[in-house]
Amino acid sequence: MLAIEGWFTIEDGLTYLLGTRCATCRTISFPCAAGWCRNPGCGGTDLDVVRLSRRGKVWSYTNACYPPPPPFVAAEPYEPVILAAVELAEEGIIVLGQVAGLTVDDLRVGMDLELTHGPLADGPLVWMWGATS
Amino acid sequence: MDVGRDLVSGVYVLGAGMHPWGKWGRPFQEYGVAAARAALADAGLHWTDVQFLVGADTIRNGYPGFVAGATFAQALGWTGARIASCYAACASGAQALDIARARVLAGLCDVALVVGADTTPKGFFTPVGGDRPDDPDWLRFRLLGATNPAYFALYARRRMALYGETGEDFAAVKVKNAHAGSLNPNARYRSRVTTADVLASPMVTDPLRLMDICATSDGGAALVIASEAFARRHGMAGAVRIAAVSTVTPTFPNTAVELPVIATDSSASVPPPERDFRASIAHEAYAEAGLGPEDLSLAEVYDLSTALELDWYEDIGLCPRGEAAKLIHSGETALGGRLPVNPSGGLASFGEAIPAQALAQVCELTWQLRGAAGARQVTGATAGLAANQGLFGHGSAVLCTA
Repeated sequence: MLAIEGWFTIEDGLTYLLGTRCATCRTISFPCAAGWCRNPGCGGTDLDVVRLSRRGKVWSYTNACYPPPPPFVAAEPYEPVILAAVELAEEGIIVLGQVAGLTVDDLRVGMDLELTHGPLADGPLVWMWGATS
Repeated sequence: MDVGRDLVSGVYVLGAGMHPWGKWGRPFQEYGVAAARAALADAGLHWTDVQFLVGADTIRNGYPGFVAGATFAQALGWTGARIASCYAACASGAQALDIARARVLAGLCDVALVVGADTTPKGFFTPVGGDRPDDPDWLRFRLLGATNPAYFALYARRRMALYGETGEDFAAVKVKNAHAGSLNPNARYRSRVTTADVLASPMVTDPLRLMDICATSDGGAALVIASEAFARRHGMAGAVRIAAVSTVTPTFPNTAVELPVIATDSSASVPPPERDFRASIAHEAYAEAGLGPEDLSLAEVYDLSTALELDWYEDIGLCPRGEAAKLIHSGETALGGRLPVNPSGGLASFGEAIPAQALAQVCELTWQLRGAAGARQVTGATAGLAANQGLFGHGSAVLCTA
């Protein structure tokens, strides 16, 4: 089960973020824009769902040394959440995500990460950033 | 869009008042009314003189918080005055001031009261209750566990990577602000701290430690503002002038990783604006006032974290990008320096009482520009800027002159 519908998809084991691309001005939105293009100079209403790049460069990163409050469900015992903001060059978008399998000591600004997925502590899957394969 | 200077001349701060910040645990109305009464007394006016009241809302105190204008008006005693209530997250106070100023400038009233107050729960700010998968503020907690300090930490780590800054550089901000706060009777934290204290405090969200991050506080602040004609009639021609209020929003594409969103706009098909959002906030205030950073005597900036104060130095034009650490270490932004920043002690000494905070910044500008800031006084202060950012794209900056 996905923790949120329409934001990402898992196909053949590969995880993809889903956005929209405006048919008029080519502006990409993540999460998907509904109804109209978010470029105020455009106003197009013809939006196609597209998969975003699966790789990007770390813009910044951090962790949560203490369990975040609800509605986050923290694992027990608590495993520090790692977060990365990753810049997708082609789309010109920075996307936040939890990080799977790496700690802050493993991360560097500018390093490549690849999209994967993992479970929230109560089960549903969410996109995550992980080491490149 | 620059507003002509002539248009916005002539709105003055006649009174400023605060209820001390703390964790008092009493209803927010009490702090708001205490601050309002203090501001009215400071102006030499009575509540019945006020024609328009704007309340900055709080979203964590039930219905009375959503209709703060009515809540404060009722608590002060119904007079039939016109009211408004507004919410703009951390920028609520400045937004409320802007609404009051616009009504004065439009000639619809002569004297207005602006009030903000909050009572905060313990711990991290959390989203409003209920399952709301369409609300980015709910989603960032649910999917990512991304608290407010986590975003501040992303900005701090970015500075370390780009400019080689360290935890010691960030700690210098706390040391400076704690010293100023130790001199401010309205501050919640009044102890001086050392760099070693900051570096020994627990890591919360790497690279930020507990003492790098502002607390959540209870508090209240209020301002009485009036038209130039009213100020003259009351013999207050020398009052502090509101030279600009900037309440700008981002320009597409907003390329900042903005609290609380999970992704930026795309800059692939439309190039980013010349100035990013935070830089545009002060820029618009300077343009409206016809002044620049070189004209400032002091600034109050929104130091939600120590590292964020360094971002603000660059955003409001005090130094080029990447040189904020050099500026803090030079001592120029400390009390006694060339351009003190957060002479009130800042959020580091107050903690954040959301709807009151932007008004508290203007209270400090008022006292400084009157030469009435006591042990914190910036000598010969003639112009001060308060800069602030509220989540979901609310910028605010207020520029006042003596």
